[in-house]
Amino acid sequence: MISAQLPAIVLLLTLLSAPVCSMIRNGDNAWKVAMFAVWLSVAAAIALMAQVWGGNTISYHMGGWAPPWGIEVRIDELSALVVILITLFGALVISALRESLRTVMRSHRHSLYYATFLLCMSSLIGITITGDAFNVFVFLEISSLSTYALIARGRDRRALIAAFRYLIMGTIGATFILIAIGFMYMVTGTLNMADLAVRLPEHTDNRVIQASFAFFTVGIALKVAVFPLHYWLPSAYTYAPKATTAFLAATATKVSLYVMIRFVFDVYGVEFSFTQMKLDVLLIPMSIAGILIASLTAMFQSDVKRLLAWSSVAQLSYMVLGMALLNVNGLTASVTHMFNHAMMKAGLFLALAAMIYRVGSSHLRDLAGIGRSMPMTTAAFVILGAGLVGVPLTAGFVSKWYLISAVLDKGWVWVAALLIVSSLMALVYVGKIVDVAYFKTAPAEHNAVKDVPVSILVPCWAFALLTIYFGLDTRATAGVADRVAQALLGIAS
Amino acid sequence: MSAVLMMGFFSLLCSCIFMVLDAVDVAFTEAAVGAGASTIFFLAAIAIVGRTSKPSKPGKTFIPLIACIATGTLLFYASFDMPYFGKADAPIHQHVAPRYLQESAGEVGPPNVVTSVLASYRGYDTFGEVGVVFTAFIGVLLLLGAGTRRTGVERPAPPNVNEESMRQKVVLREVADLVIAPVLIFALYVQWHGDFGPGGGFQAGVIFASAIILYALIYGIVPAQQLLPPRKLAYLPGVGLLLYAGVGVYSMLRGGNFLDYDMVASNPLDGQHYGILIIELGVGITVASVMINIFFSLSERSL
Repeated sequence: MISAQLPAIVLLLTLLSAPVCSMIRNGDNAWKVAMFAVWLSVAAAIALMAQVWGGNTISYHMGGWAPPWGIEVRIDELSALVVILITLFGALVISALRESLRTVMRSHRHSLYYATFLLCMSSLIGITITGDAFNVFVFLEISSLSTYALIARGRDRRALIAAFRYLIMGTIGATFILIAIGFMYMVTGTLNMADLAVRLPEHTDNRVIQASFAFFTVGIALKVAVFPLHYWLPSAYTYAPKATTAFLAATATKVSLYVMIRFVFDVYGVEFSFTQMKLDVLLIPMSIAGILIASLTAMFQSDVKRLLAWSSVAQLSYMVLGMALLNVNGLTASVTHMFNHAMMKAGLFLALAAMIYRVGSSHLRDLAGIGRSMPMTTAAFVILGAGLVGVPLTAGFVSKWYLISAVLDKGWVWVAALLIVSSLMALVYVGKIVDVAYFKTAPAEHNAVKDVPVSILVPCWAFALLTIYFGLDTRATAGVADRVAQALLGIAS
Repeated sequence: MSAVLMMGFFSLLCSCIFMVLDAVDVAFTEAAVGAGASTIFFLAAIAIVGRTSKPSKPGKTFIPLIACIATGTLLFYASFDMPYFGKADAPIHQHVAPRYLQESAGEVGPPNVVTSVLASYRGYDTFGEVGVVFTAFIGVLLLLGAGTRRTGVERPAPPNVNEESMRQKVVLREVADLVIAPVLIFALYVQWHGDFGPGGGFQAGVIFASAIILYALIYGIVPAQQLLPPRKLAYLPGVGLLLYAGVGVYSMLRGGNFLDYDMVASNPLDGQHYGILIIELGVGITVASVMINIFFSLSERSL
């Protein structure tokens, strides 16, 4: 019975523990509830993956009403992978959160913070598993609201401005998506995604659908932070509370990218999106520009948090590029990198949070010599950084390999060259941090700095070890991504 | 300041449009939330930050202007191919709607089809919406932190000029006294009558909250908080959400899917009936308590 109810359970575990957490006054007890719920949902997510492994699909009817009348939850390998991404990385971040929050916030607010965090997590799961277009929007609202609150909670007053800026951009994005969904409903009379996919091809000449596609693309591009709509991302990531950035960087934009892939390939269809609306003509130049400009900007940052945020913009552009290339390797790269980058960036931000926990700042100047005073944390940081650059034997190498082969499949040698240049840029900005950490002498006031408590160190190392593991064993990432790519492109394997 | 009033006016006009479009439930909600509650929240926020804004630089409005024009143009472009207003063979009337209209009385029960769709067919969406309201509450609590101070203990009632003068306005006070009790009863009516006419948990919650807010505006925040202590009130949004989910989980335990009310009682129609009543109660509790909570935390700030 439980296995049949898993699609609801994976969502409810986090969603229902949020109000429970908010009612518990004691922050530590709330943390225990949250930990229990998220690690159970990791188990549920892995069980879901086992059910869909090999290309199956689960359809779960909410309220017992068959689609398109009721709301369907639909899980395939792609959504199962994204659910694992959200739950696993979220769980690792929550594990480190208790220690990390102690220095930031008075304890009576901790329970509320966990509740917001859980709401954010559950809404991202909700977006990922649903098979109903309007339902996407409902959970998008929860995720946006909780994200704004999480960012605004940052210690710096500028966090408020960053959150407000994100609020404006995010609301515009969400409204555009809502208009797009409304237009689709107007023309087809249905909100179910599978049903839409069947009914939309009759209406491809309809201006309402064309406008809907335009609204959707702009709206979701805002959420994904596709260059040049990335404006909100760097400051939001920089001023968000330390460990929260790790979670947001891992999940929020990735889930938006998932929605983009889902709608562009499954709902609107490849034929309409690319052949008629020429989405690739728009996305490819934008993503290449994004890769280069964001990497370049990252190279000149002196605040490591902001540096990593800019690097996120560049890495997201990799994923968008892979998607827009419209071949199996490209999509595989996109989906694999979605998972790998979530893992590496979450780990990097968490390791950085650990450093801030000790030295109180993420400025390069303050991180000097940290490799000697915090050897374990910095070592994890270096492994994750190597993954970001794409060094062989790390997960980052796998996804970049697929991306470059995809570009070469198209015969675009110059784009492949640009990708290698951008990897070198990544080497420069990661190298800059490593250089400061190991070869500069620490300022005198940081003599007492030592490694962080085990509860933060273990999640950091978990991310680092996973980065190596998924660099060697690609069945769960690239293997799934390959099958997903073939299914999305409609190629029978 | 004038922007806030215009927004309230806009919401009221919108609700009139919804009314003309025969979407009574939506019009009801828009009037209560958009024109009523959110205007008060904006005013409360303005009371904190001040009513004048820095004039924006002329160049800065250029990009937003372009974006607005582009959006408007696109909407206008799309409007050429839209189905004619009220046309019977428009797709939205052809596909899922017929089943809602014809079968819902037999499958779900309530004569108000909107309630059937909201609470049962698409009950999962409504569950999500309650989640949105709850998230808004948690967010406000996290940022403004109401209910964390013990009222009346740490802070003796501040001598507040505004409140005193409000209470001395005879007309305001008398009208409020007259209105508050009927409004509360009306809220309960809307809550329980949602099956038959326009209404339901969302509207009832807002109406209930607006009566309390009116009381707080006239008599001051302190007596209102003595009536509803914020510490206790802060539990209610979670209770409402859990009540809603509880119905769903209960139906899962009885062997159905999440929110399958058929399983709630032995007879499916009874089950639908009980299920909808309970989830509407959950919605009402959450919405009302969230509205009051948000108002309290905003006005605590402005004291």
